Amino acid sequence: MKWLITFFSSSIGKKLLMSLTGLFLILFLVVHLIGNLQLLKDDGGEAFNTYAYMMAHNPLIKIVAYGNYFFIILHAFVGISITLYNRGAKGQKYAVSKSNKTTWASKNMALLGTLILAFTFIHMGDFWFKMKFTNELATVSYEGFPVVKDLFTRVSTAFSQLWIVAVYLIGMLVLSFHLWHGFQSAFQTLGLSHKKYTPLIHNVGKAYAILIPLGFAIIPIWYFFFKSM
Amino acid sequence: MSAEMNLKIKIWRQKNSKTSGSFETYPVVANEHMSFLEMLDVLNEDLISQKKEPIVFEHDCREGICGACSLVINGQPHGPNSGTTTCQLHMRFFKDGDIIVVEPYRASAFPVLKDVAVDRSAFDRIMQAGGYISVNAGQAPDGNAIPIEKGRAGQSFEAAACIGCGACVAACPNGSAMLFTSAKIAHLGHLPQGVVEADKRAQAMVAQMDKEGFGMCSNVGACEAECPKEIKLENIAFMNRSYLKAVFSGEEV
Repeated sequence: MKWLITFFSSSIGKKLLMSLTGLFLILFLVVHLIGNLQLLKDDGGEAFNTYAYMMAHNPLIKIVAYGNYFFIILHAFVGISITLYNRGAKGQKYAVSKSNKTTWASKNMALLGTLILAFTFIHMGDFWFKMKFTNELATVSYEGFPVVKDLFTRVSTAFSQLWIVAVYLIGMLVLSFHLWHGFQSAFQTLGLSHKKYTPLIHNVGKAYAILIPLGFAIIPIWYFFFKSM
Repeated sequence: MSAEMNLKIKIWRQKNSKTSGSFETYPVVANEHMSFLEMLDVLNEDLISQKKEPIVFEHDCREGICGACSLVINGQPHGPNSGTTTCQLHMRFFKDGDIIVVEPYRASAFPVLKDVAVDRSAFDRIMQAGGYISVNAGQAPDGNAIPIEKGRAGQSFEAAACIGCGACVAACPNGSAMLFTSAKIAHLGHLPQGVVEADKRAQAMVAQMDKEGFGMCSNVGACEAECPKEIKLENIAFMNRSYLKAVFSGEEV
């Protein structure tokens, strides 16, 4: 066990935690987006509500969900601790600072991450918490399902409000910047760098960082402009 | 005729590691053919003639191979040019009338000794931890006695170009020494003579690097951009996988 403790207290051990939890969350975002795109289906919410019911009741998905919460917390916790340590390791700042060939996102991952965490709290408080821990949501019934909570109506109500839509759009922009650096950085930390596939990783990462947040952003935009008017 | 330049040097003055420093601005007359260090020599001559204390800065070979010169010039380690050291930076890259800001390398593991000279002995201790190969001393071995594939030799040579100047640490917003440490691990780790102790080396050098209080790399790439020897980020990936392999396949429990 000593070797594991030594490993996770080393710089590369901590970076590995950031990398692996980050990659897990990258996969999670894909699954989450595929599920959410059912909100665009014009069926009064049946597809989305029954999907949400399945996600909340399938034991396998429950286990993965708890893993997901844990990895979000771990990613945030290790990230914050690394940032604080690094700030101390840098010590005094330069009076003049000029950095070429670096991206703004790469130097502001902690700020971007903190904003994403704040967004996650708002987002989960609005939907996940209300669905799981309150009886605020109305219920509907579909063929083949017991009583299903109407998360669809909750979502469409939320996205008819301009400020909530704005929060979501800003959240997705911040996520995009975080992924712009995070995706390829995760592979570099794992030691996966090679001229054969690193350019591919960089390009896939950039495409991912644009397309996934854009996919999420389409939903509030769609509801605000085409459903609530 | 070489053009005379009237410059103002805004430079960090600090008595010792225990006191806090501040910037002082001095006028200096340089010419465009001087190196940056020669310009500082002229400034120091002026200061001595005025009975003021000269500025302490580090230098040795003055031909870009020793790694002794440092300085952060207008916000960039070794100044504005890429792939060169401070001694290779000539005054023709500045303009007459410029105010040039000169700061010491900033990192907690590189404490300021005096003025713009910092203590880089942390690098020496990282080297002592594992930056070597164990061989029997004696006659020089025959050339090409151990065949080395050309590509690998090339990767090793590129990493070996590191002069240990510390510009990577100075440029890194996290004060991380991973480009330096990885260059040393890759330099030896790519060669058959170095493979023997590769696992031990990766673990020992990373442990010493952490112990010295350097920050953790977040793959920003500022080190690669500022390295006077253009050491590549691929070395950090090499170090990461060497370290991971050593930890997960090693016999120590």
